[in-house]
Amino acid sequence: MSGSLNLLIGLAMGLNLLALGSGRLPSLIRTVSLQGVVLGLLPLLMEKEADWRIVLVAVATIVGKGLIIPALLRRAMRTAHIEREIEPIIGFVPSLLLGAAGAIAAVALGETLPLLPEHAGSLLVPGAMASIFTGFILLIGRVKAISQVCGYLILENGIYLFGLLLIRSMPLLVESGLLLDLTVGVFVIGIIIDRIQRAFDSLDTRKLTALRE
Amino acid sequence: MSIGIWIIAFVLRLVLWLLLAPLLPGIINKVKAWMAGRRGPPVLQLYYDLGRLWQKSVVFSTLASPGFIIGPAVAWVALTSAAMLMPLGPAGFVVSFRGDVLLLIYLLALARFCTAWAAMETGSAFEGMGAAREVSYAVLAEAAIIAAVLCLSIQSGSVSLVTMLSPSAGAGAVLLAAGLFTVLLAENCRVPFDDPNTHLELTMIHEAMVLDHSGPPLAVILHGAAMKLLLFTVLLTEAVLPTAALPPLAAGAALAGGVLTVTIGVGIIESLLARFAFRRVPLLLTTAFLLCLFALLVAWKGGAA
Repeated sequence: MSGSLNLLIGLAMGLNLLALGSGRLPSLIRTVSLQGVVLGLLPLLMEKEADWRIVLVAVATIVGKGLIIPALLRRAMRTAHIEREIEPIIGFVPSLLLGAAGAIAAVALGETLPLLPEHAGSLLVPGAMASIFTGFILLIGRVKAISQVCGYLILENGIYLFGLLLIRSMPLLVESGLLLDLTVGVFVIGIIIDRIQRAFDSLDTRKLTALRE
Repeated sequence: MSIGIWIIAFVLRLVLWLLLAPLLPGIINKVKAWMAGRRGPPVLQLYYDLGRLWQKSVVFSTLASPGFIIGPAVAWVALTSAAMLMPLGPAGFVVSFRGDVLLLIYLLALARFCTAWAAMETGSAFEGMGAAREVSYAVLAEAAIIAAVLCLSIQSGSVSLVTMLSPSAGAGAVLLAAGLFTVLLAENCRVPFDDPNTHLELTMIHEAMVLDHSGPPLAVILHGAAMKLLLFTVLLTEAVLPTAALPPLAAGAALAGGVLTVTIGVGIIESLLARFAFRRVPLLLTTAFLLCLFALLVAWKGGAA
């Protein structure tokens, strides 16, 4: 059980790096949605007996992160006529190396943390920290609003991984509230992207720093 | 083992390497032709080419020093020696000592240095450009090879190729295989890093280096490149497949099958992919390095736990 769990989290960590290295927006969105699906499968593996609430959380996560959010992002891309190329502030190779260094540091840090014995061998905490770090790199290092949204989604995936540690004691309400917030957030960002595109003729968020009358 | 048997084994293995190497580019070309729906050149085409080139005379640039001839020769000898260091599955090894893997890496580097040196000898701008490209990609590819070697070495707790390559790479095998395969494509100048069939000097890498070579030196360079390809496919196969755990006959079949699979894989990749833009190549090589690095981490953690 722990083996397949670690395999899935390892896959998610690999997808982090893929997200850092991808040069086109559609492939970035695909990577993020795939990561959402992989993480959605995790609760099913963690619990031996299938509790209906856990199944519900898993299904909601897979549908939300794997289908609804990517569809919203693709629609925003289509309506705003965004170019597919990603313009990085931190280049692809440096951000890949940063992400890999972050993943290694997360594994090293995870070893030293005083975790419960049942979580000691798993990659949950390192995976969570690596995803949060990757999210930060994408948020800081990319110019376009959509790639920043993808960074935000990876960041949230990391927080979700942390939340899995408490899956038994976390009420369903909190979990579903988080997911709803995320979906609404992406929905609103889709509208904002459209507005940015109309006002500035580009999605470069650097232009938002200059104030005008 | 008495010295007489050793010499016979050595010569047999040398002949095997020398004769089998030109087969691989032929297989790759055949696979590419099949994928494109053509009949393609015969599998033995490179043998004919080598024979034809060997009979031709050499054209010398007036600028070239003897390095123009010495370079390819030394590179070929280095690649052949590197091939002799490789253990061949059930056939074991003929030359092996502690730390021979370091010699292997350095011999590959020496071969590259000599090819680049011979390329610069002609004083042609294209050749200088090709050499610069080849060497700058090699810097990144070498980091990946060193990470892969470290991974194998930590897994087996040894620095000698025979014991390093005999156990399978375990959990990190997939990562290591992907990383080594990418390095194989880069080191042997295959698509997506370089197009061996290109006729435009500006986009060439390896081909640009050998533009002014002719006759026997060109034959030696081509044969050396085929040897290098065979060496990398054998390395990849032995690093991933647990050949030592199988009975000798099955291990030999597994090795041959693995080499054939990798070769066909190269051909399929060349048919499906276009060459990458130059600015994307470092990204791909960094990915290969990271794959090997994570295989190294898996080996390290797996060993500790």
